[in-house]
Amino acid sequence: MITLSIDGRELKAEKGQTILQVASENGIDIPTLCYHEALEPYGACRLCVVEIFKGGRSRVVASCLYPVEEGLEVKTSSPRVLDNRKMILELLLARCCKNKVIQELAAQMGIEQPSFKPEYLEDNDCILCGLCVRACEQVVGVSAISLVNRGITKEVAPPFFEAATACIGCGSCYYVCPTGAIKMEDKGDTRIIHNWKVEFKLKKCKVCGNYWAPEKQLDYIRDKLHLPEEFFDVCPDCK
Amino acid sequence: MLNRLCSRKELEVLQKGLVSRMQSEKLRIAVCNGTACHPYGCVKIIEAFKTELAKQGLENKVDLKITGCHGLCERGPIAVIRPGDIFYQQLKVEDVPEIISKTIVNGNIIDRLLYADPATGKKLVYQREIPFYRKQQRLIFGSNCEIDPTSAEDYIAIGGYTALAKALFEMTPEQIIDEIKHSGLRGRGGGGFPTGIKWESCRNAPGDIRYVIVNADEGDPGAYANEGLLTGNPHSVLEGLIIGAYAIGAREGYVYVRNEYPLALANITTAIEQAEQLGFLGNNILGSGFDFDVRITRGGGAFVCGESTALMASLEGKVGEPRAKYVHTVEKGLWDRPSDLNNVETWANVPLIINKGADWYQTIGSEGNEGTKIFSLTGKVNNTGLVEVPMGITLREIIYDIGGGIKGGKKFKAVQTGGPSGGCLPESLLDLPVDFDELTKAGSMMGSGGMIVMDEGNCMVDVAKYFLTFLEEESCGKCVPCREGIKRMRQILNDITEGKGEEKDIDLLEQISATLIDSSLCALGTSAPNPVLTTIRYFRDEYEAHIKEKRCPAGVCKALIRYYIIEEKCPGCGLCVKACPEGAITSMGKGKKKPVVLDESKCIKCGACYDVCRLGAIGIE
Amino acid sequence: MMDEKVIAVINKYNGDKGQLISILQDIQAEYYYLPKEALVQASEAMDIPLSHVYSLVTFFKAFSLEPRGKHLVSVCLGTACHVRGVARVLDKIERSLDIGRGETTKDHKFTLETVNCMGCCAVGPAVKIDGEYFGQMSTDKVDPLLAKFE
Repeated sequence: MITLSIDGRELKAEKGQTILQVASENGIDIPTLCYHEALEPYGACRLCVVEIFKGGRSRVVASCLYPVEEGLEVKTSSPRVLDNRKMILELLLARCCKNKVIQELAAQMGIEQPSFKPEYLEDNDCILCGLCVRACEQVVGVSAISLVNRGITKEVAPPFFEAATACIGCGSCYYVCPTGAIKMEDKGDTRIIHNWKVEFKLKKCKVCGNYWAPEKQLDYIRDKLHLPEEFFDVCPDCK
Repeated sequence: MLNRLCSRKELEVLQKGLVSRMQSEKLRIAVCNGTACHPYGCVKIIEAFKTELAKQGLENKVDLKITGCHGLCERGPIAVIRPGDIFYQQLKVEDVPEIISKTIVNGNIIDRLLYADPATGKKLVYQREIPFYRKQQRLIFGSNCEIDPTSAEDYIAIGGYTALAKALFEMTPEQIIDEIKHSGLRGRGGGGFPTGIKWESCRNAPGDIRYVIVNADEGDPGAYANEGLLTGNPHSVLEGLIIGAYAIGAREGYVYVRNEYPLALANITTAIEQAEQLGFLGNNILGSGFDFDVRITRGGGAFVCGESTALMASLEGKVGEPRAKYVHTVEKGLWDRPSDLNNVETWANVPLIINKGADWYQTIGSEGNEGTKIFSLTGKVNNTGLVEVPMGITLREIIYDIGGGIKGGKKFKAVQTGGPSGGCLPESLLDLPVDFDELTKAGSMMGSGGMIVMDEGNCMVDVAKYFLTFLEEESCGKCVPCREGIKRMRQILNDITEGKGEEKDIDLLEQISATLIDSSLCALGTSAPNPVLTTIRYFRDEYEAHIKEKRCPAGVCKALIRYYIIEEKCPGCGLCVKACPEGAITSMGKGKKKPVVLDESKCIKCGACYDVCRLGAIGIE
Repeated sequence: MMDEKVIAVINKYNGDKGQLISILQDIQAEYYYLPKEALVQASEAMDIPLSHVYSLVTFFKAFSLEPRGKHLVSVCLGTACHVRGVARVLDKIERSLDIGRGETTKDHKFTLETVNCMGCCAVGPAVKIDGEYFGQMSTDKVDPLLAKFE
């Protein structure tokens, strides 16, 4: 058992937990963008930074990754933290000036417009948090997409920017994306994920007749878990 | 094929034989084959020496030693003749026959090939007289001049692998670590972390398997000290690595070499093959029972892979993205196992410390900054090259006493240390002692040893822009502050150099910098603001000239300068007319000896006319 | 045969996934660039997702997915070369060859790349063509130098 303090509150934690986990368990809100409970923490957005004090020194660290220590003192909204958070959101807003999610987060910190020249503002939706890539790799296990290039040209893409052949259409990327950068739609018997240039035939439920999941995805799951051929012939609602 | 040495005794016997052979060789020509001498055509010079010696029937009487970098790169190609160490520089192929017949055969000096002291004009005969060398303390780098880096025997003849034998047979791993700790050796890659403590943490970290790694990814543009050392004396680095592996308890090691250093790569590859044959690598090294193997991996062209966690990621076959170092790599590094990563130069210091002892090492350098450091002294100095100096020597001594002062008699303006993670220091700091702590206090850092001298013709805003452009390209792109922050800073600097700067720009640069320093994922990001912050701190007036007056005082920023003809100096020769790609310069008629005319509306400020005019008739303001 | 060369390289490294970057470099040395088919093959043979391989080849500057020209022109953009005016030399090369950095001339004769320090700082500005180093470059030396290469 480790004792530490967050925002003046003395809390107990297990060895191996991160500051973010302990804060979350105790109702202390730290904003995040690239964090997801089901995935390994990545530490890319830096929005979750907090100020820690130990041995008379203070430091800014990413709370999603920093392991708790005995006697650690954490401040989640000190002036230094807020300054950092503001600039990070300004930078994100400059990159995604029309994205509603980012605009909202920035507005919460009092940012209407980024401090940079209007002609340099970009209209992206993707913030390169990597959640889609990590979900596809760590949870789904097909690694259909990846982070490509480096630095300011970095982007999420299927190999060679062609249709993602390994994609099974499960939509995990779409569900996990924090900014709505992934465009997926189910139209009749087809699912299209525009970003990866893929289309899937949806399976029709034998009972209700609704199209409910891509056949390719169901084949994949059936294969992996050695389920019988007819396992997915009936949709979960009807089962 | 070299014979395997199975015991310390066998090494000693071999060494004795090689030493007496070396001593019996009276006549020797050491020719520099370092990378920096290649553009001068040193390869042809070496061929010429071989041919000429054979022609005169002297191949068996004269030892032609093809060495690595001698350090005085400005004066290449270089040949040092023994006995005496007569220093010949700026050689041409035509000089070779004369060198052999006059100096080798008859012992006469060829005046025109000697180095002339720029201050007095006096010709200096011997290497030790040359101020560039006199003021250095070449404990590590000096060996470059003595050996052929592709010859393990040369290295053994100068005492190589004696330290390894001592470490394996006279010391325990703990004693070795204590010795390194006691010596005060700090990481020469720039971090300056105490090496002994690092080794100790790695040894004590839980786990059965641990690794040692050589960081030869010298990515700082303008720094090539590691290159000179790895190419010129690869065995010294290897010996240090093997000793370290023994001390830490590692069975596997890696040498990570930059892709852009083909000669260094070739030489370390050869050195490892030789060490394997001789039994310095592999199983039961010298009969000690210690097993250790080394593999070489090439970098893929990414500056960020000089960062330890990114380097380890690429060793695992992944992209070079750093990770948080809240858990240190000495505990969880390569493949999540305890890993010790040290710079090329750090490893090369180890055999020296083991042989001569920590007490002796402590007498060199200054307190808390023991030992020497190899710097790549380049830019606007007279004597560019690789220099090794004791820590604590001042910038002034390096730049003026060793570097020979500013080229072309111009005025010193700034010196950049530490590469893109470092900063620019002004004239007022020339008496700063060069060590880890002093440089950091001044806002810069040691880095891997790049030291670039600038004069009045360099614009500090342009320099800041240059570094940010570099970092923007090299950022891995993972974290927001670095990827987005550097981009915005570079845009602001771009605008400033194009006359589009605004009053609030300096404040904004400082704000973005603060976030980068606090919140970036790795040291590339946290140190990226250094070039900007130091130039703002020490050269604020230049920023203000660009922003408020739309003027570039140094005459560099294209949008803010104009090229013009200095009529008094122009005889109308028309060289510039031919050179101009846009036809912006017109001749006033051949033979009329009238100055040419430059049409500014057509001028694209490419500098072709400036480069081609030998009379200084093109002006920039 | 594409198959044989790629497999040979992989076998040389015993299929060690950690050596993937070296494997790709060796494959590139065989073909002077990285053909898509070779990458697909390597991915299958080593059981590494293609997306992962693609990430690697687009992250590291040493890799080229486009066929390179006969002669590789490398211009050093290191700091020492920068302060000695290499930007103007690069400008001139770009104009003379009518290509930008990272591009290849239409006749496939030259590929132009930039590197961040080759270790020839004393003789900067430095340019390397086909492994041969040329120092103290200036704009007027560019055309005569390029003309030396067939």
